[in-house]
Amino acid sequence: MSEPEVPLDEALRADFGEAIESSRVSGGILTVRARRDAIAGICAALKERHGFTFLVDLCAVDFPGRERRFEVVYHLCAPGAPGAPAMGLRVRLKATVGEGTPLPSVTGVWRAARAPEREVWDLFGISFEGHPDLSRLLLPDGFEGHPLRRDFPLEGLPDEEGTGD
Amino acid sequence: MVDASEREAAGVWDGIWEQARRLGLRPTLLELGSCALDGGPARDPRHDLARFGPEVFRVAPRRGDLLIVAGPVPEKMAPFLRRLWDELPEPKWAMALDAGAVLPRTYAIRREIGDVLPVAVRVPGWPPSPDELYRGFQELETKIGPGAPG
Amino acid sequence: MSEEMELAFGPRHPALHGLLRLRLRVDDERIVECRPVIGHLHRGLEKLFESQLFAAGVAAAGHLDYLGSAGALAYAGAVERLLRIAPPPRARLLRVLLAELGRVSSHLHAVGSHASDLGFAAPLAAALRERERIVRLLRRAPELVPGGFAAEPPAGWLERCRELAEALPRGLEEIDGLLTGNRLWKKRTAGLGVLAPELAVDLGVTGPALRACGLPRDLRRDLPYEAYGELDFEVAVGENGDAYDRCRVRIEEMRQSARIVLQALDRLPEEPAPPPPARSSLPGGEVYHGVEGPRGETGVYLVGDGTSRPYRCHARTPSFAHLQALPEICRGEPVADLLALIGTLDIALEEVDR
Repeated sequence: MSEPEVPLDEALRADFGEAIESSRVSGGILTVRARRDAIAGICAALKERHGFTFLVDLCAVDFPGRERRFEVVYHLCAPGAPGAPAMGLRVRLKATVGEGTPLPSVTGVWRAARAPEREVWDLFGISFEGHPDLSRLLLPDGFEGHPLRRDFPLEGLPDEEGTGD
Repeated sequence: MVDASEREAAGVWDGIWEQARRLGLRPTLLELGSCALDGGPARDPRHDLARFGPEVFRVAPRRGDLLIVAGPVPEKMAPFLRRLWDELPEPKWAMALDAGAVLPRTYAIRREIGDVLPVAVRVPGWPPSPDELYRGFQELETKIGPGAPG
Repeated sequence: MSEEMELAFGPRHPALHGLLRLRLRVDDERIVECRPVIGHLHRGLEKLFESQLFAAGVAAAGHLDYLGSAGALAYAGAVERLLRIAPPPRARLLRVLLAELGRVSSHLHAVGSHASDLGFAAPLAAALRERERIVRLLRRAPELVPGGFAAEPPAGWLERCRELAEALPRGLEEIDGLLTGNRLWKKRTAGLGVLAPELAVDLGVTGPALRACGLPRDLRRDLPYEAYGELDFEVAVGENGDAYDRCRVRIEEMRQSARIVLQALDRLPEEPAPPPPARSSLPGGEVYHGVEGPRGETGVYLVGDGTSRPYRCHARTPSFAHLQALPEICRGEPVADLLALIGTLDIALEEVDR
C-alpha cells in the first residue's frame, strides 16, 4: 500500500532513477514516461509497492515522424482497500520503441495484459518479449500488415490477383 | 398502450418474420453487429436452431431456406459465412441487409458479400425501413417463382 | 479411461450469442482447456475513428454497445474533456437516463438468455417482455453529440421513461422470483463459474462480474461522471463470485437503475438545453475517459492533434477483458455447462472485436 506522503513520481524516480524519462499531469492524471527496458520492473513495483493491482488498458499509438515511432500506453488503477481514499487512483505509463524493437511483456505482472499485448502485436507489429502467444488476434491468420499503423491505408492494401476462398 | 411511433420503432425482425412466413420460408439470421435487428432472435433464441452443421428440420418448410445476412461481412467471418451457406440444403436464397451506408469499407470489412455467396436480394438501410423490407421480399418472391426452386 | 478430444465450437452456433469460436480440449465430459478465437466481428472501428470527423465518432462508438450506449458515452465524455467543455445539467441528467435504460436493457438480455441457456424459459419470456418496451424507447432517444444532445427528447418520451421506471420493479420481482427465489435455479448456478476476487482483478474484470466477487467497484460511485455524483443509489455486490451471484447483482442493479431514472427525471431542469455549438477541431492532448457500462468499465483513450479528426482513439471494453476469464472458469467444468459459463460472463462480441 503506497504511503500518501511521497508523491508517486518521486517514489518511482527514487527507485528507478534515469529509467524514468519524464513525468507530468496529462489529461488529468499523472503520466510517466519510462525507458522501455525498465517497463516490466516499473510495472511490478507499481503493482506490488503502490497498489496498482488493476491494468485498465494497454494500447499503442503510432507517430511515424518520430525516431522511436511507437508509444505503448498503460493505464493503471490502484483501487486501494475498501473505503480508502485511493479508490479510483489512476496513472498512465508510457514507453516508446522504434520499429523492430520489442518491449518486455507485463503478462507476468497482470494476467490481463495477455490479450491487449497480443492485439498491439496484431495491429501495430510491436512485439513483447516473454509473451506466451504473440499471434494474430483480431485479424485472419494470413493477413499481411499491421493496420493501425498510420501509414496503412484505411481500406487495406490493394488486392493481389484472385483472392479466392 | 403502444403508440404509432413505438410501433414504427419496433424491431425489424418482426417484419422479416412476417414476410418470410408469407412466402413459406424459414429464415436463418446471421447477425454481424447486433444493432439493427435487436429484439428479433432474442425473442426466440432457438427458432433457427440447427441451421449450421448436422441438422434436423422439425417442421418441413413449404419452400426452402432463407439466409439473411445482416451487416457488413468482416474478412475473418467470410469463410464461415460460405460454410454456413454451403450447408443449407437446396432450395435456398440469401438476402443481404446491407450496412454499407453506415459502416464504410475498412481493411477488415472489405468483403463484398456477393463474393462470398450468391445474393438474391439486397435490402438497403440500417436498420432497413418496413418499406425497403417489403420491397425486398417482393423481389425475392419473383425470384422464387411459382413453386420452382431458386 | 480418459480421452482428450479437440472440439471446435462456432463461430456461429445456434445457441452462442455472437460470433465466438472456441477451441476446446475435453477429457470425457470435462473441459481441460478452452481457447477463444475472436475477430469475426472485427470491423476496424478504431482505424475508422481516425478517418472521420471527431463528432462522427459518437455514432461509430455506438457500434460498440448499441443499446447500452456505453461506447458513445465514453467517447463523448473523452471529447468533452479534451475540449474542456461540460454538457449543461439537463443534458447530463438525460445521459444518465440513457445510460440506465441501456443498463436495464442489457441486463434483461443477459439474465434472460443465460436463464434460457440453462433451460429456464419463463425468465427469458419475462425479460424480453420488459426489454421490448425499453428498446422501443431507446430507439427514439435523442442523438448524443459532444457537448450534450442534438435535440430534445420527442414529446412524451420523458413521461414514458417515468412509466417504465415505475413499472420496472414489478417486472423485476417476477424475474427475481423465477430465478433467485427458485431452488432449482440456485442449485444449478450456485458454485458455477466461480471467479475469485484476486483473479478477477488480475484479469481486468469489472462490472457485475467483479462486484459479484464482493468488490464494490463502480465508476458511477468511484469516479462519478455525468450527473451520477448527485444521485443516490446502492452499488450491488455479491459474495461468492459465482453465476448465481452475478445474476443477483444484475437484477439488483436494474432495481437501482429504476431508482436512478426516477431521481434523474425529478431533478431535470425545466428549461430545454439548446444543442451545443459545433466545434471544428480537437485540441492536441490525450485523455482517458471511462464509464460504468452494463458489462463494466468502458473507456476511450483519445489523442487529439489539433485537427478535425482524432489522431488515435482506442476503446477499452469490458468484454475484451472478460473473455480472458472464460478459460479460467471453464477449466474442469462439464462441457454441458459451456453456454452457461459464457452467458454468465455476459460477453458482447461487438465490443470484443471492434
